[in-house]
Amino acid sequence: MVKLTDITKVYHAGDVPVPALRGINLEIGEGEFLAIMGPSGSGKSTLLNILGCLDKSTTGRYDLDGLEVSAFDEDHLAVIRNRKIGFVFQSFNLLRRLPAIEQVELPLLYRRVNDRRRLALQALGDLGLADRVAHRPTQLSGGEQQRVAIARCLVTNPSLVLADEPTGALDTATGHDIMHIFQRLNAERGITIVLVTHEREIAAYAHRVVHLQDGQIVSDEQNSSPGRSPGSDGGSEGSTA
Amino acid sequence: MTIIDTIRTALGALAANKLRSSLTMLGIIIGVSAVITLMAVGQGSQKGVTERIRGLGSNLLFIRPGQSQASNAEAAVYGGQSLTLVDEDAYAINDPERFPYVEGVAPQIDFEGRLIAGGENTTTTIIGTTPDYQYVRDFYVAKGQFLSDDDITRKGLVAVLGHRVAQTLFGDTDPVGKSVRLAVGPGGMIVFNFRVIGVMEPKGATATGDEDDLMFIPLPTMQARIPILRNPQGLSNVFQISVKVSDRDDFEQAEREIGALLLERHNVSEPDFEILTQTDVANLQAAETEISQTLWAAMAAIAGISLAVGGIGIMNIMLVSVTERTREIGIRKAIGATRGDILMQFLVEALMVTMAGGAIGVILGVTLSTLADGRTILEQSVRADVSAVAVILAFSVSAVIGLFFGIYPAFNASRLNPIEALHHE
Repeated sequence: MVKLTDITKVYHAGDVPVPALRGINLEIGEGEFLAIMGPSGSGKSTLLNILGCLDKSTTGRYDLDGLEVSAFDEDHLAVIRNRKIGFVFQSFNLLRRLPAIEQVELPLLYRRVNDRRRLALQALGDLGLADRVAHRPTQLSGGEQQRVAIARCLVTNPSLVLADEPTGALDTATGHDIMHIFQRLNAERGITIVLVTHEREIAAYAHRVVHLQDGQIVSDEQNSSPGRSPGSDGGSEGSTA
Repeated sequence: MTIIDTIRTALGALAANKLRSSLTMLGIIIGVSAVITLMAVGQGSQKGVTERIRGLGSNLLFIRPGQSQASNAEAAVYGGQSLTLVDEDAYAINDPERFPYVEGVAPQIDFEGRLIAGGENTTTTIIGTTPDYQYVRDFYVAKGQFLSDDDITRKGLVAVLGHRVAQTLFGDTDPVGKSVRLAVGPGGMIVFNFRVIGVMEPKGATATGDEDDLMFIPLPTMQARIPILRNPQGLSNVFQISVKVSDRDDFEQAEREIGALLLERHNVSEPDFEILTQTDVANLQAAETEISQTLWAAMAAIAGISLAVGGIGIMNIMLVSVTERTREIGIRKAIGATRGDILMQFLVEALMVTMAGGAIGVILGVTLSTLADGRTILEQSVRADVSAVAVILAFSVSAVIGLFFGIYPAFNASRLNPIEALHHE
């Protein structure tokens, strides 16, 4: 479903070229739950931006759902982001002014969907936010804000969900709640998830973990017991924020 | 994003910054209302001039005294007005044998006098004239009757009041049959009693003055009773002779032949009088309206400057807004907004500010014009006539300003890199 072939990315700091990715080859199948790990500066954010069609690689080829998106122009990429990709960010990235329901409707607005209110209500309901639809971000807890962001990402039925440190701004318990949601979405609805994190505990929820270093993949391992954090006594299913 | 969603989004953004949005509008409001008002005043004064010329009556020639060898002393007494025309000149022109195209002739003497009736008094223009005046000037009596031939021969102490004078002195009661006292001379020492025989129809201002604020009396009465109006030769001069000609095409012939008659009667080789047509009077009026053209230019400058400043203000605010909302733009782009979506969002915001400002400006301008219409401002009587064209024009100008000054900030917003925008704080 996702296929990266010899992807490189070079930034320019003044006249000095700074390579961020040096030849990435990666295939992600449908329904996979993959974590990308690596120290800061290893290129994991750059890789996620390219996967999310927010940025274009310098060389190499990116195929998504059979489309060669590395050849698309900016406006075409915007349409791909809208139709095929859902983002979940560390800092939630909700619009300050809007109530939850309108946050979730936003991607449908750009897609010109008619019954967006119903779809948005359903997405919020799926995430247990039925009683929070009229709340603005400032009236919601961190965990609730992140759930609104997940609802916004799921309302378009994306092929690929990209989560960039989704628990980074949350306390540990809430972070695990959010990870359980991802786990459930992956298990029950078969949604393909790519997660970027530097926390081993969080990466442990994924089925496959890719390690990056200096812009290259240094390891690619299957996780035999996903959802089990190495140093803890398990996923703490019942804990709430 | 559909246009309706774009408008709703823009409305939301503007509502979130109400004070800023309204301050931004201010320049446009002032500019647009100035445009509306100045176009209304321009059109109104044009219309006013046309109406006044028409108000004089139709196919008229005016004969007025011109240059004469009058002494300085004489000029001082009569306020510089040369006195060369006498009423006999008028009677000579009214000769159907010699001038078949002349339909009526009305000589007149005007002077200021104080009228007293009951407890009321007013200063007004007293016009001594003949019965022909009604027909010649197309200005008729509404109540009672006008001066008759009999009043002229008897030199009767009868008067016809202008519409406003009648109201000032008598209010709602019928003045016909009542008497008014006319005080003239230094300190109003000479007083006459006149019997009111009629009241004129309301007419308003024309090229020769306010025709509701006057009183008519028989010309011979004035000449006989009011000695201060006599010239050193013992004759009463007239200030103007109005001649109604049957057809506009006869003007040239009439001017030439009447001129010849007057030269002959006055026994001079060069004219000591002038003959004006309505067009000449119109040109004199045009010279008067030149003052209001200065006013017009000043207002046009104000309008232009405030529209330009308003536009720059909008551009400035939009640029600030784009910077402030960089992160919002990043989020919108991440979830699928195209460059066109972002461009439209900010352009529509700018357009809505200017068009709302334009709409308020139109309302304000129309209100101002309506209030100013018919009033005297800075010693100029103002006529204002708001036209649909002016409203549409002013409104379109505000929309064009929104487009012109909004496009650059909107373009900047649309070109933001989504990754950088997302990490903007």
